Amino acid sequence: MAGPIDLYDVANAERDARSRFSRRAFVCTSTGCLSAGAAAIRQTLAGTVTEAGQDQAVQVVPTGCFGLCSRGPLVRVETRGHEPTLYEHVDGDSARTIASDHLVAGREASADTVSLDLPFFTRQVKVVLSNAGKIDPDRIEDYVGQGGYRALQSAVETMTPQGVVKTILRSGLRGRGGAGYPTGRKWEFLALADGDEKYVVANGDEGDPGAYMDRTIMETDPHRVLEGLSLAGYATGASQGYIYVRAEYPLAIDRLERAIREAKRAKLLGRNVLGSDFRFDIEVRIGAGAFVCGEETALMKSIQGERGTPTLRPPYPTERGLWGKPTMIQNVETLANVPVILERGAEWFASLGTPESKGTKVFALTGSLNNTGLIEVPMGITLREIVEEMGGGVPGGRAFKAAQSGGPSGGCIPAQYLDTPVDYENLQKLGSMMGSGGLVVMDETASMPEIARFYMEFCRDESCGKCVPCRAGTVKMHAFLDRIVSGVGRKRDLQHLESLCHTVRSTSLCGLGQSAPNPVFSTLEHFRDEYLALLVPDEVFGPDGNGSPAAAERAVAASEGGAR
Amino acid sequence: MAPSAPSARDLLPCRNAHDPATVQVASGTEGRVAERASNGAAGHPSGDERFGVLEKALKRSRYSQDQLIEILHVAQGVFGYLSEDVLIYVGRELKLPLSRVFGVATFYHLFTFEEPGEHSATVCTGTACFVKGADRIVEALATEFHISSGETTEDGRFTLKTARCLGSCGLAPVVVIDGAVRGHLDAPGVLAAVAEQMAADDEADADDTIPAEADAVASGAASEARL
Repeated sequence: MAGPIDLYDVANAERDARSRFSRRAFVCTSTGCLSAGAAAIRQTLAGTVTEAGQDQAVQVVPTGCFGLCSRGPLVRVETRGHEPTLYEHVDGDSARTIASDHLVAGREASADTVSLDLPFFTRQVKVVLSNAGKIDPDRIEDYVGQGGYRALQSAVETMTPQGVVKTILRSGLRGRGGAGYPTGRKWEFLALADGDEKYVVANGDEGDPGAYMDRTIMETDPHRVLEGLSLAGYATGASQGYIYVRAEYPLAIDRLERAIREAKRAKLLGRNVLGSDFRFDIEVRIGAGAFVCGEETALMKSIQGERGTPTLRPPYPTERGLWGKPTMIQNVETLANVPVILERGAEWFASLGTPESKGTKVFALTGSLNNTGLIEVPMGITLREIVEEMGGGVPGGRAFKAAQSGGPSGGCIPAQYLDTPVDYENLQKLGSMMGSGGLVVMDETASMPEIARFYMEFCRDESCGKCVPCRAGTVKMHAFLDRIVSGVGRKRDLQHLESLCHTVRSTSLCGLGQSAPNPVFSTLEHFRDEYLALLVPDEVFGPDGNGSPAAAERAVAASEGGAR
Repeated sequence: MAPSAPSARDLLPCRNAHDPATVQVASGTEGRVAERASNGAAGHPSGDERFGVLEKALKRSRYSQDQLIEILHVAQGVFGYLSEDVLIYVGRELKLPLSRVFGVATFYHLFTFEEPGEHSATVCTGTACFVKGADRIVEALATEFHISSGETTEDGRFTLKTARCLGSCGLAPVVVIDGAVRGHLDAPGVLAAVAEQMAADDEADADDTIPAEADAVASGAASEARL
């Protein structure tokens, strides 16, 4: 191709091509459904259609996540003029039935379906995930067919970089990686930074256990991330972008790399983006399993091929970042919001959500729930709506106990706060945080001290070892928690634990250490009784309370069911 | 002069990665070309073809030192683990002191320094899986094979690993058995699946699982099988 791609031509061609099919089947090919056999299902569907000679009338499209991962593999069949049908738990047999009955013969197949009227679907507002389940992530034409890259085109052709920054500022978009820093302000800093060489980085190092929003965005709609990053580059004067992805996400890496190749071929990346003077390139960099690399200074070290240890801020990356040059790091989901904001306007975006937290948030809803998966909801929705309506409540008649958000840096929100509207400030007030968006629901069978120990073990293993409070503190905090959970802890262990938590929080170098005590604080605040119930009474240790631990353990064992 | 097989001693005196004197062989491009020529396409005096794959990746990265992690990924993909020899080789090629290569390789959890067993199970211990009993699965496997997490059985048949969230939380608890992601299995189910896999002893019928899809990724980046 000589010149840049003509977005409108491609989109029109796509629309024409699509309208020729009377039926289209969308097979979810995200990691979740793939591991449940989606690739074979896709082959069965496509094979049956071809055998029946219906290739001109029926299309089988591999696509990104539908969200309801617990019911996967999922297949959606769209027939012109009809409501779509969503088949759940599709296996080899039902795939053959769906293919022959629905795709070829055109009547609904007798296989398990999910109602699309479930609150799980109807309560969602899809901005970032608007293309999820609609496009083939490996075809740039599909993204362009949905209006993709038009925001980039209108920016480079009609807007100044300052104009783009102003739009993002006005939209009120805040960082989706956790802390919620105003995105536009970060862009402004980088735009004003001195230097001809600047870098923008998409942070796809989604380390929080129980969170897979960024993975889904990268797997489902990789071009949206590229477009968002390109716009960030245009607005701030950077000509090189990096996408840092965890190595645990091979499919996301593959799709991003393919998307970059296609975008280069279409002249959407490279020396003259869309025929303008704007030069921008993107490279994928792969992590190797280190939670701390989600921290921006550690992430930059890792991109440079070094040990991912954080450094003190200031200087902030926007002053001195990658290779000493001004650098801006943005979460993948934040960047995925950018093209829509430019296309539909800052005012439209600001109309979603709450006054302080605009727009939508993608959550990975997991744990003890009937419906688990990925949801995108407007900020300000209550936890009760998410857990009870969308998640379908806790299975097996058990009671809801707590929702954990923010991963190892966050906290547990107990039942009495279920009606709190979800936004950055409210979650912080409850001793938790938005985090990247993992929401793990625990039922009454979960032991909160055990959950705290679980997270502390995580932080202990993931501490990079550079600063003492985190390196030694997480080991000690874990040891105290372990004693308590094992039923040999005593009152002073709990006191030491609490005081150590305060020390580590206030003296650690980076966010990992500073927030490592959060799960302990929040479970202590809301579930202190559970800790107290596990403690060995001081009397067991003799009259002065100083008996040997071994004696105490014997005493505990003797008093059956005494401590635990 | 044809360089002898690289040894740790070649690199030990390194103080500064950017000091050309620190790498004795191939201090400049000519040196490297000469070395190539004398060693043939394999790129390693031993003639081990796997070094050829590594060399291609190094060339693609233009021997850029900041791509060390990517190169280590390729190396582990090719060799299965990072032996001292491989680390020395990478250090020489990228003109980095062994301390830096070793420091980086040991920092990141995904790099492993021992030969993995023929079969492996990686249990996800992320929050969603933890809540659904991943610890019981680890315990069951550890008891069955008399090893703890991160170890390989003495006969080299089986390796037990744990991972921090594979991001398939909708399928929790998740276990990756010989590279294939398996969800919603309890401890007995996992044991059965592993036994089945070891009995089959063939290449996993991975057609319908991620690794098949991820073949393209094998360009060196990352593959599920390595987890």
